[in-house]
Amino acid sequence: MKHARIAWSGAVQQAVEFDGQLRITQGPHKGHLVSWDDVVWLPPLPPVPQARTVIALGLNYADHAKELEFKAPQEPLAFMKGEAAFIGHKALTKRPADVKYMHYECELAVVMGRTARHVQKADAYDYVGGYTVANDYAIRDYLENWYRPNLRVKNRDTCTPIGPWLVDAADVPHPMALKLQTTVNGKVTQSGSTADMIFDVPTLIEYFSSFMTLQPGDVILTGTPDGIVDCQPGDVIVTEIEGIGALTNTIVKAHP
Amino acid sequence: MPLIRTLQHPWQPQGTVYGTLLNFQREWDLWAPRMHDDPHKAPPQQPVLYVKSANTFNAAGHDLVLLDGVTEVDVGASLGLVMGDDGQAQAGALLLDWSVPHASYFRPPIKFRCRDGYLGLSQVLTPFQAAWDRLEIEVLLNGAVVQRVALSTLKRSIPQLLSDVSDFMTLQAGDVLMVGTDCLETGLRPRARAGDTVEIRAAGLASVVQKVTTGSPA
Repeated sequence: MKHARIAWSGAVQQAVEFDGQLRITQGPHKGHLVSWDDVVWLPPLPPVPQARTVIALGLNYADHAKELEFKAPQEPLAFMKGEAAFIGHKALTKRPADVKYMHYECELAVVMGRTARHVQKADAYDYVGGYTVANDYAIRDYLENWYRPNLRVKNRDTCTPIGPWLVDAADVPHPMALKLQTTVNGKVTQSGSTADMIFDVPTLIEYFSSFMTLQPGDVILTGTPDGIVDCQPGDVIVTEIEGIGALTNTIVKAHP
Repeated sequence: MPLIRTLQHPWQPQGTVYGTLLNFQREWDLWAPRMHDDPHKAPPQQPVLYVKSANTFNAAGHDLVLLDGVTEVDVGASLGLVMGDDGQAQAGALLLDWSVPHASYFRPPIKFRCRDGYLGLSQVLTPFQAAWDRLEIEVLLNGAVVQRVALSTLKRSIPQLLSDVSDFMTLQAGDVLMVGTDCLETGLRPRARAGDTVEIRAAGLASVVQKVTTGSPA
């Protein structure tokens, strides 16, 4: 099942993909079908009682590490972001006027389904609730070599689109063999496969849960492959992962 | 929106908690001669922040349990600013920002700072006061004062820090921004091991007291 959270008819609704439309699954509009174009898409993440932990990987594809002139890391290179960085499908992302290099990063996002602590790799998939697509934008002009990548690069308002769907883990039998692709204004600029991750999803869950507890709804953004390019205001960026979804985002100019 | 409505109950952060690195003049000055060296290449121009994820939240009165091979921890005494929905700090609390000692500030510090229980929470919040720019926090290890942290020596004052951070990310209602933790003259922080009790206190704010214990091996 593909789940969405949408704003429609003056309220937030839960919905699932149904025959090319959205079928609302809760509340007074339960069962109602709405068109994809008639809703506001929100991040497809269930509400959580405390701050959602959002972990993101840097340099988790060998070709991307090479592209950025880094050696492949010996252990996961991970940073965190706040949930407020997330925006939904078909939203607007701001590009500051003074920057030279702002690029997308198409990433498989893992959404935890169970509380995870000291999980072994062999059991790790049991703890995954579902998958979605994230576009973890970075503005390279703002990189500083202190807790790099620093939050000014990676935790900016509007700079982490996620969605459109949360796809149940049961419907993704081979998460480590999914094609990823990004297009800018319809032209393919990035293509890769989750098979090329340096640290695969079970390894990441084992690693993080070895020292911290992950809760249902927590998110791991698993890094991006080779093929990043600068994006300008007006560009339409579609980050797509096979079987998970195609996440559309438009860059707009930020006014100082 | 009155975020301090939780005064009757032990406080838990409602939003994301951010910490600030290198925001005390003493630690900055100790680092300054090396800031141009590899891998840093230049001093940080903007606030260096990190996230304390929800698994670190450790309610007042609970021990810090050292697990997974950790035998000692750095004590970080900080003031957390609790945000209102207008981008202004509405309240504050002392916070014990524990970390596994780490000498390098190059890569993000998740495994040093985001372990379970590594943020000791205050029981209650205090309404925001502009005078906190002159607050002094005392750190006690087993009853003896081992550090005095003067917020008058912040590199970025509270208003400046809030302004510089909000330049690139909007702090949401309920988010917490910690102003930083100071080091000692040695450049290190007070360090605690199993059996130690740490208290941080400051005038007009609720103290935070935590005992450090060791868990059974996993």
